[in-house]
Amino acid sequence: MALKTELVTLNMGPHHPSTHGVFRMRVTLDGEMVREVEPVFGYLHRGLEKLAEGRTYTQIIPFTDRLDYVSSMQCNWGYCLAVEKMAGIEVTERAEYIRVIVSELQRIINHTLAIGFFISDLGAMQTPLLLAWREREKLVDLFEMICGQRLLYNYVRIGGVSHDLPPEFMPALEKFMEEFPFYMSEFEDLLKGNEIVRARTIGTGAISAEKAISYSMSGPCLRAAGVDWDLRRDNPYGIYDRFKFNVATGTNGDNWDRYRVRIEESMQSYSIVQQAMSQIPEGPVMVKVPNLLRLPEGDAYAAIEAPKGEQGFYIVSDGSIAPYRWHVRSPDFINLGALREMTVGSMIADLIATLASIDICLGSVDR
Amino acid sequence: MMTIPDVVTQAPLASWQLWDSALDSGWAIDNFWAHLALFAVGIIGFVLMVVMGFIWYERRLISVMQLRIGPNRAGPFGLLQPVADAIKVMLKEDIVPTVADKWVHFLAPIVVFVPVLLMFAVIPIHEGVGLIPDLNIGILFIVAVGSIETVAVFMAGYGSNNKYALVGAMRSVAQMVSYEMPMAFAVIAVVMVAGTLSMQGIVQAQSIPFALLLPMAFIFYFTCALAELQRTPFDLLEAESEIIAGYHIEYSGMKFATFYLGEYGGAIAQCAIITTLFLGGWKGPILPPVLWFMIKLFTMFGVIVWIRAAWPRVRIDQLMGFAWKYMLPLSLINLLVVAIEVIILDGDAIRWWLVPVNFAITIGLMTAWAGMFKIGGGSESA
Repeated sequence: MALKTELVTLNMGPHHPSTHGVFRMRVTLDGEMVREVEPVFGYLHRGLEKLAEGRTYTQIIPFTDRLDYVSSMQCNWGYCLAVEKMAGIEVTERAEYIRVIVSELQRIINHTLAIGFFISDLGAMQTPLLLAWREREKLVDLFEMICGQRLLYNYVRIGGVSHDLPPEFMPALEKFMEEFPFYMSEFEDLLKGNEIVRARTIGTGAISAEKAISYSMSGPCLRAAGVDWDLRRDNPYGIYDRFKFNVATGTNGDNWDRYRVRIEESMQSYSIVQQAMSQIPEGPVMVKVPNLLRLPEGDAYAAIEAPKGEQGFYIVSDGSIAPYRWHVRSPDFINLGALREMTVGSMIADLIATLASIDICLGSVDR
Repeated sequence: MMTIPDVVTQAPLASWQLWDSALDSGWAIDNFWAHLALFAVGIIGFVLMVVMGFIWYERRLISVMQLRIGPNRAGPFGLLQPVADAIKVMLKEDIVPTVADKWVHFLAPIVVFVPVLLMFAVIPIHEGVGLIPDLNIGILFIVAVGSIETVAVFMAGYGSNNKYALVGAMRSVAQMVSYEMPMAFAVIAVVMVAGTLSMQGIVQAQSIPFALLLPMAFIFYFTCALAELQRTPFDLLEAESEIIAGYHIEYSGMKFATFYLGEYGGAIAQCAIITTLFLGGWKGPILPPVLWFMIKLFTMFGVIVWIRAAWPRVRIDQLMGFAWKYMLPLSLINLLVVAIEVIILDGDAIRWWLVPVNFAITIGLMTAWAGMFKIGGGSESA
């Protein structure tokens, strides 16, 4: 005799204990199994793309900070790349090196934060988060040294960077670089062999490489599925062709692979920063750019390999001081499209873990 | 001739020896009701005080492991933090849902807390000190009373008339029932070796602490105690509260405080039972026995807090699979092995050379069984 059961629709509301911002999911459950997931977002929509149409090109840079506020210098850089591409501005050598250094440090920050929150959502009572946060605190102090801000930097500008590195920056950075491998390996030891972490993450939230490509995923989510694509190597921007680094890939595209890919990328970022530190020249950090910059008519798209994926900026200009249209290609917005694919058929606990492992940032999803 | 009073010719006793002699000469007051009243009040006071101590201890210890400081504002070193928590919770409004089953909703916190207090009746803190320390069915009483918690949890979930509380309560009941059996089998192993069900008798039989002699029973009892207490890694109901909120969602104010007291009181009770059954109770070389008991109690709780800080939690299907497919068969095999040892050694199985033998058997069995067992399943094809 078959048991009569009902499907329950549950609203995982905008206020989450498992952070990631104001994101809502309407989940249809059959007991413990997830049958349908419908993401509802827009709770943090601020209309940035419309607001940008009334701002000059320099005034839009703080908007880009508020997109992916965890790694905001990267978003600054992506936008400045698009503008410099259209205006034909060449950036000085030192500014390029500084951009690379701060971007890779931002990648370390983002990945440690993402992994920390991911393991917290598995239930580890925020201990790995706080251990990873220790490294983030040191880096954020370094950034405060450069530009005075800890979170929303507004540092990478059109034509270079806004301030040169102060003399105490390099010694502090070297001190950080000495300590980082030890702390990373301690962090790894606590988590990599843990049976519970492995049981919760291996095999859950899996997506195949073909599906990942068809959903336009990018970043660590795509690489964990096995697709070897990294904009820094395959479509280099700035001076990334001067650095040697490996691109980490996974095999199954499950939560465990995304976690491993992020750890590996942090170590690769570390080695890129080391190479950049040894090669950085002296010189000016900003070229002369008019205050009210006018871009020629036309459009341009530029993308960088942000920690979350391919962060792209599309500008349409009609020759005036403000853009006619400004669009942001958010990597986590597009990666979220695959959430349903990854979680339908699994259990609620896996849904939470998978959402955490995609690593969304609502400022970027909602704009 | 004047006789010199005896007390002058005796050597002056050290302070703890005075305490000891007072205890030996009998805290058991002749009047049964006075004895009962004194110890009942004493147990309630003890539990409340130690719960507050545990709350402080847990928060400070977790903070140390998380590289932060923890509560340090309320009083020196944050020692008055539990007092602040208690005051806050007493002043909160007591909300009862209108559609809830009033009596069940009201009784559930009480039924959670009272068995915890009852368990302390048979736990000896010192030789002969306890409400009924040498109850000849001591450990059986504890197992029986501990099972009432399951009913209490279900009462809480059912009485709230909330779909999610009910589902949470059912999950919780499934967890507690599944983990009671390996617990009982571990206890039976201890009882076979000690030869008595009385708690005091078990402590006195431990010339070698049973944690060394019966390591598998110790590990299994500890794991099952974690599951009964619903602490990490088995705390699905408490903390996976994003969706299915725990069974105590509809409680506020003093009723919630009673649940909290029940949880921490249960932690004390389980630590005290583990101390009595496996760590030698109040035995120890130099310090007074009561102090040894408290040291062992706080050490066990420290291990529980350490596990909470370090590990994530398991999923519900992994949890049930672990209990039924791994722990239950292994605890039965453990029982068989211990029974064979007791029979071979003619009832006196407390020998030093059994310790490495048992350790080897434990490690071998656990690793061999883990190789055959796959934890959880997880998903079905959509």
